[in-house]
Amino acid sequence: MGWQWFHRLGSPKWFYEKTVRWTQVIGFLALGMLAVGVVWGLAFAPAELKQGNSYRIIYIHVPTAVVSMAGYYVMAISGAIGLIWRMKLSYMVMKSAAPIGAVLTFAALFTGAVWGKPTWGTYWVWDARITSMLILLFLYLGVIALQEAYQNQEAADKTCAILSLVGMVNIPIIYKSVDWWFTLHQPATLKLTEKSTIAPEMAYPLILMIFAVYMFYAWCLLKRTRVEILHREIRTQWVKDIVLGGK
Amino acid sequence: MEFYFSSLADFAWMEGHGPYVWACYFVTLAVFIFLALTPSMRLGKLVKQQKALAARSQVAEEVDGHEPR
Repeated sequence: MGWQWFHRLGSPKWFYEKTVRWTQVIGFLALGMLAVGVVWGLAFAPAELKQGNSYRIIYIHVPTAVVSMAGYYVMAISGAIGLIWRMKLSYMVMKSAAPIGAVLTFAALFTGAVWGKPTWGTYWVWDARITSMLILLFLYLGVIALQEAYQNQEAADKTCAILSLVGMVNIPIIYKSVDWWFTLHQPATLKLTEKSTIAPEMAYPLILMIFAVYMFYAWCLLKRTRVEILHREIRTQWVKDIVLGGK
Repeated sequence: MEFYFSSLADFAWMEGHGPYVWACYFVTLAVFIFLALTPSMRLGKLVKQQKALAARSQVAEEVDGHEPR
């Protein structure tokens, strides 16, 4: 009984039908939270004492960076489930997670570079945090490229799952890089286990934006996985009915 | 909670940091829109491709059906 949901998840048809409503609800939540978070952070949060208004980039830089790392775990764990239980849906999730993660990592790197110019006087330095984030982008791009490189879908899925799992070692390195090495990048200001070093009036919109980007990620992942299901199951009658009937 | 800036011009300029801040927000908005639209575009392509295939096989069936044996 307890594992019934897990077995059902193995059915692309069940997943496709169940996620119609979820996708809509999560999409609306993401849109609403993003709109409120962006306006709050840009127009209502106070300026930072030393960095002035450039710090407002934090409201997109930190959420995209956090979710790009969490998204890597989603991709790698989906790959592992595919390898262990041969669940084809999990491979579809893995494939769908790669471009979302790559785009979020790019956004985190771009916003970090632009924020670096007024703050550090340079767009780029090869410090541990920034370099390990660049490696994360290359790992995502590697998974995307591998998916395209194989003619055989099963071989592509297995290889991507192995690459994702190997690349997982990079995530704790990114997270701890500011503690393990001397970096220009500042340490975390928003902490779960200790007292945060960011003022509450700046922290609240940041927390909202982190949740908003998580919601947006979930929405994108559901949308992409649903389309991937239709692509891979195109020979089945239920998919033909949806695609040709416009259901 | 109140609007932090004294005017909309101040809000746009952000004491000289406006170009950095707005560049980040616009690029992020663009990539988010890209992420939001690409699944629908891919689905549209699949539907078009499958409808073309279905139409082609229907024509083939009709031609086969009218051929003198």
